[in-house]
Amino acid sequence: MRRRTSRLLGGIALVTSLALGATACGGSDDGAGTESVSAEDIQAALDKGGTVTVWSWEPTLKTVAADFQKKYPKVKINLVSERSGDKHYTALSNAISAGKGVPDVAQLEYFSVGQYSLTKGLTDLSGFGAGKLASKYTAGPWNAVTEGDKVYGLPMDSGPMALFYNKKVFDKYKIAVPTTWDEYLDAARKLHKADPKAYIANDTGDAGFTTSLLWQAGSRPYKVDGTSVKIDFSDASAKKFTTVWQKLIDEKLLAPVTSWTDDWYKGLGDGSIATLSTGAWMPANFESGVPNASGQWRVAPLPAWTKGDKASAENGGSALTVPALARNKELAYAFVEYANSGEGVASRVSEGAFPATQAELKSAEFLGKEFPYFGGQKANEIFADSAANVADDWSYLPFQAYANSIFNDTVGKAYISGTRLEDGLKAWQDASVKYGEEQGFTVEK
Amino acid sequence: MTTPVTTPAPAAAAPAGVSSPPRLRRVKDHRPGRPRRSKLLTVLTSLVVLYTVVPLIWLVINATKTQSGLANSGGLWFADDFALWENIRDTFTYGDGIFTRWLLNTLLYVVLGAGGATLLAVLGGYALAKFDFPGKRGVFATVIGAVAVPGTALAVPTFLMFSKMGLTDTPWAVILPSLVSPFGLYLMWVFASEAIPTELLEAARMDGAGEARTFFTVALPLLAPGIVTVLLFTTVATWNNYFLPLIMLKDPDWYPLTLGLSAWNSQAETVGGEVVFNLVITGSLLTILPLVVAFLFLQKYWQSGLAAGSVKE
Repeated sequence: MRRRTSRLLGGIALVTSLALGATACGGSDDGAGTESVSAEDIQAALDKGGTVTVWSWEPTLKTVAADFQKKYPKVKINLVSERSGDKHYTALSNAISAGKGVPDVAQLEYFSVGQYSLTKGLTDLSGFGAGKLASKYTAGPWNAVTEGDKVYGLPMDSGPMALFYNKKVFDKYKIAVPTTWDEYLDAARKLHKADPKAYIANDTGDAGFTTSLLWQAGSRPYKVDGTSVKIDFSDASAKKFTTVWQKLIDEKLLAPVTSWTDDWYKGLGDGSIATLSTGAWMPANFESGVPNASGQWRVAPLPAWTKGDKASAENGGSALTVPALARNKELAYAFVEYANSGEGVASRVSEGAFPATQAELKSAEFLGKEFPYFGGQKANEIFADSAANVADDWSYLPFQAYANSIFNDTVGKAYISGTRLEDGLKAWQDASVKYGEEQGFTVEK
Repeated sequence: MTTPVTTPAPAAAAPAGVSSPPRLRRVKDHRPGRPRRSKLLTVLTSLVVLYTVVPLIWLVINATKTQSGLANSGGLWFADDFALWENIRDTFTYGDGIFTRWLLNTLLYVVLGAGGATLLAVLGGYALAKFDFPGKRGVFATVIGAVAVPGTALAVPTFLMFSKMGLTDTPWAVILPSLVSPFGLYLMWVFASEAIPTELLEAARMDGAGEARTFFTVALPLLAPGIVTVLLFTTVATWNNYFLPLIMLKDPDWYPLTLGLSAWNSQAETVGGEVVFNLVITGSLLTILPLVVAFLFLQKYWQSGLAAGSVKE
């Protein structure tokens, strides 16, 4: 999960968006047909000009928008720097249900694309030629924005996971960098014993992180086929995760610090949080948020569930989509294509974004980039390797944003009380099933 | 309401002493006229002072730190680097100087919103206090009821209404709801009925002054202390307003300071976002300064005004 949740607003957003979804599903299928727009049409629109309103929090889009306007002087990109997370979805859902003020381009995290596409909130871009771009992207992100032949957005960045660790701390206590989660558990014990103030990681319960580790372990708790959904956290792979994590919780080896808070940045800086398992987009946040620990951190592959297994997972990452109510779809698509498939990609990567495109991930320049923050390490090699090992058969719920918002009420209890992690997941499953049924999905347990 | 007793009776002390205290206590050195010191009260007051002052001190101290200084040092003492001036400069220049824009927006909302709310409260309060008209009881019930409803509860319905009117994402969406201050109206009403003797108004009318002239030349000066009080309340409410603009505004160009600072703060939660806790803290300090100044200046006027109103010649 990339950011904290503000539940109230999230709740409002979801209620409105899903209420809208229910009506959209119940109504006729008009407007859902795929539009067909040729490259000439798009070029004509670019020559004619107009304004494209973009809602996004991606900082690297600023340069992209400026470059795009330089290339197509008649087009104006109105980049609305969106505040992150739930507030963004609240605003978007409100605009969609009001039918007014809908942006031409909206950034969506991968887990929420399904929610908006299912409620017919997004334009299918395959008619604009987006289908031909499939081979440009890595499997995980592409899978997240498509549904059969339909393409609901172009991947902007990706978050193949890796293990960031504080080398200074590891060296000080002579702890080997763990390659499996069992070794990780041992390292956690050793570290906390050597310094009771130091923890291997922080975790107060994070839906995005949990689902990513389940993904890596091979568990597939969500199966989605149109409006029929299956939710099941009881497979053997999920058990691998709960076994290790339960021990970390029981032995109090996790720092009770919530990610993205000032305490968290402080802990990453002073060595009290020794590792971070997260997406490859993290370096930019390290550089600006933890400048004082520059040179102390390194990157390693994400620990494996069984020794030698290379399976990885994605954490976070987002796409640019064109809402169904966008006014200027040709221009919107032209911008999305430019930013996420065309010239914009190189510019964004040079500013520190982690790409979802194969070409960049394989380019020698990208792989050879040395990160001064990580002591000159060529971290992209590890990230790219991780990206190549992400299983592409994972899917999120079509109401994942809601499910994530109730994570702390269910699984979160395992972190603060005697609830077992397994029971917490079961409670999360039950609550998600109940909500899905209320929203009109056919839910199988 | 009633004419006050002309003898300078110690109004506050009298009832407390009369209400049958045990006689034995009197033996102790209780000299009337000089308030006794209570250790308990002193301790409690000190706690309250600490409670209010410590966050302020924290804010001032931490506004002097850089981003890495913030992480490297404890909250209640200075870091090795003293970067207050750099922080202030960066606050005003970061993001193409958007902070100044937010400051001006806030001022706009305060001048139009709080100023307008005060104006309406004064006019309405005066009218309700000094004129009799049918339905006055109904108005009274409505105002008292409205005082009990927090503005936050009305924000979402207001959003839906404004959305239909096409007013969301414009400054009007913040200004119009700020114009309504039931508490201010109630305060002005009570104040006007106490501070303006009806005889005075009648005298003015006898002398041939119109209603407008009576209001502006006779009533308004007498209402000044109340006006300042209401102005202070509405100013603070508008200056600190967060939830209403959060719901109404999308375009960062129309953000007030509260929203802007929160947007800077949430950059730390955003992938690739620049972490600027030092600017958030310095910006917060700069944001409260005008309010502190307003309080210090207006409080003097406000206190003396209230005291002047309480004794009638």
